[in-house]
Amino acid sequence: MGRKAISIFAFLTVFCLATPMMAQDEHADHSNDSTHSAVVDSHSEAHHASDASAHEEGEEEFNAAEVIMHHIADSHEFHAWGEGENGFTLPLPIILWTDAGLVTFLSSEFHHDDAAHHVVEKKSQRFVKYHDKIYYASETANEHGAYVSYDEEHHPTNIKPLDFSITKNVFSMLLSVVLILLIMIPAGSSYKKNGGIPKGVAGFIEPLVLFVRDDIARPNIGEERYKKFLPYLLTVFFFIWLNNLIGLVPVFPFSSNLTGNIAVTFTLAFMTLLITNFSANKGYWKHIFLPHVPLWLYPIMIPVEVIGILSKPFALMIRLFANISAGHIIILSLTALIFIFKSLWISPVSVFFVLFMNFIELLVAALQAYIFTLLSALFIGLAHVEEEHH
Amino acid sequence: MDLVTPAIGLVFWTTLVFIILLVILRKVAWKPILTAVEEREANITNALRSAEMAKEEMLALKADNDRILREARIERDGILKDAREMKEAIMKEAREKSAEQSEKMLADAHEAIHNQKMAAITELKNQVATLSIEIAEKVLRKELESKEKQQSLVDSLLKEIGNN
Amino acid sequence: MGTITGIAAIGAGLAVIGAGMGIGRIGGSAMDAIARQPEAASKIQTNMIIAAALVEGAALFAVVVSLLVA
Repeated sequence: MGRKAISIFAFLTVFCLATPMMAQDEHADHSNDSTHSAVVDSHSEAHHASDASAHEEGEEEFNAAEVIMHHIADSHEFHAWGEGENGFTLPLPIILWTDAGLVTFLSSEFHHDDAAHHVVEKKSQRFVKYHDKIYYASETANEHGAYVSYDEEHHPTNIKPLDFSITKNVFSMLLSVVLILLIMIPAGSSYKKNGGIPKGVAGFIEPLVLFVRDDIARPNIGEERYKKFLPYLLTVFFFIWLNNLIGLVPVFPFSSNLTGNIAVTFTLAFMTLLITNFSANKGYWKHIFLPHVPLWLYPIMIPVEVIGILSKPFALMIRLFANISAGHIIILSLTALIFIFKSLWISPVSVFFVLFMNFIELLVAALQAYIFTLLSALFIGLAHVEEEHH
Repeated sequence: MDLVTPAIGLVFWTTLVFIILLVILRKVAWKPILTAVEEREANITNALRSAEMAKEEMLALKADNDRILREARIERDGILKDAREMKEAIMKEAREKSAEQSEKMLADAHEAIHNQKMAAITELKNQVATLSIEIAEKVLRKELESKEKQQSLVDSLLKEIGNN
Repeated sequence: MGTITGIAAIGAGLAVIGAGMGIGRIGGSAMDAIARQPEAASKIQTNMIIAAALVEGAALFAVVVSLLVA
């Protein structure tokens, strides 16, 4: 009970420390947004809409859904501020595995083109970028001047090379790794310096590590085996949590939607799946393939159990992805209210609700990291069935 | 639809970065932190255990002391009792010896007195006898100074013998 | 396309109602349980979060399906 209270207190402290800073950022950013867009006209939201709607939408109606979807999606360049050539966009390396081998170039070679207008030629191959995907360019431009051909649903039919680019999300992930290492290396090495006493950043990290160990790993995996899985659980906890928080900071080197990207959650959930099944014992497989039910139920039970193996990490993947994405979508929608109503006077409402949502998202950031770790630990624990009792 | 299709590039980078992060963190962070925490916990457990042991030892020591004290007291009591007994015995012996000696002395004295008395009596008897004999001699001398008296005596004696 | 999107949105909304009721029930029952047995609060809390996460997972499936359709 006492330790639980301490862990909860530690969490609250984190929120209290983190919240004013983030809230301030958010506030500043949105006020900037609103004042800026009041000047440049409502449709072109400085922070979100520049490269998404500039070409296709032109001076058309502000399309909130498209802006939001663009914002939470991955990108080949990291847009910081401003518009087009006047703004600042961090070009990121594009790495392609093509028919002619590895091709690398900077995303700035597309000159902010995202509608397949600009063709980049490398190793006698021609590439275009269309909606943040790299395609092999068509021979000739279509009627819109784009070097792609569409199917009836307006999706490009061009072939895509394998894309291993350092995208915005990869960049953000590398940044988060640097941050984690900047926090964890001093924390880890401070013990040797201070003779096993947590000081400085270690005093902050240690309660969290103990929380993961004593409230997540130990009760769910069991006293004998939990140590083996602790590094994975700790890493996954801090990785998800920090990336959730990074996603909430709306200014330049942060603001990506990494943990709200299905590829990332898929990878993490897949790792849990592998660890769960490779650490499983005989009892677990017996439970799946030789369950204690009448023989005629086997054709039903075995497929259900096999689906159960996959559905558990699948739920993990969807949960994290949908929670974080939904949070981003709500915050962006609230911001978009200003541009939907084309009025500056709605901005206090927007800012207030965005602030409120940010508080909730801070909770969700920690909660989702906790739940992902907890459920991973639970699945690992469940994969070790004692054969005596069922 | 794009939103729920994992991009291969991001999957690749996430796997790579996460595994590297896991390996690095395990070495530089989790191991030192967990080792330190476990050491501290072991220290606390040991400290508690040794405190418990010290307490037990103290109790044992106290019990030992009590036992020693009790034994010492018993021993002292025993020694005192022995001493008293010995004293009594010595005194008794001394008393007996002295009584015996005095008795013996008394008996000796009695015997000596008796002996001397007997000696005196014997001497007295001897003197009396001597004196009687002398007196008898003198009487006889007086009696038998004349012939007739001798004759009468012989006669009387013969007469006596003849009577017998 | 528009109709489908609309129906998808309604579906997502319905899923959220269901999940909301489910999580509400879980939370309420957990509160009852904690009030009855305050000493088991930490255990109840953990189980509550797990159950809520599972219910929420079901709702999120619906949301994802809507996203797929829309």
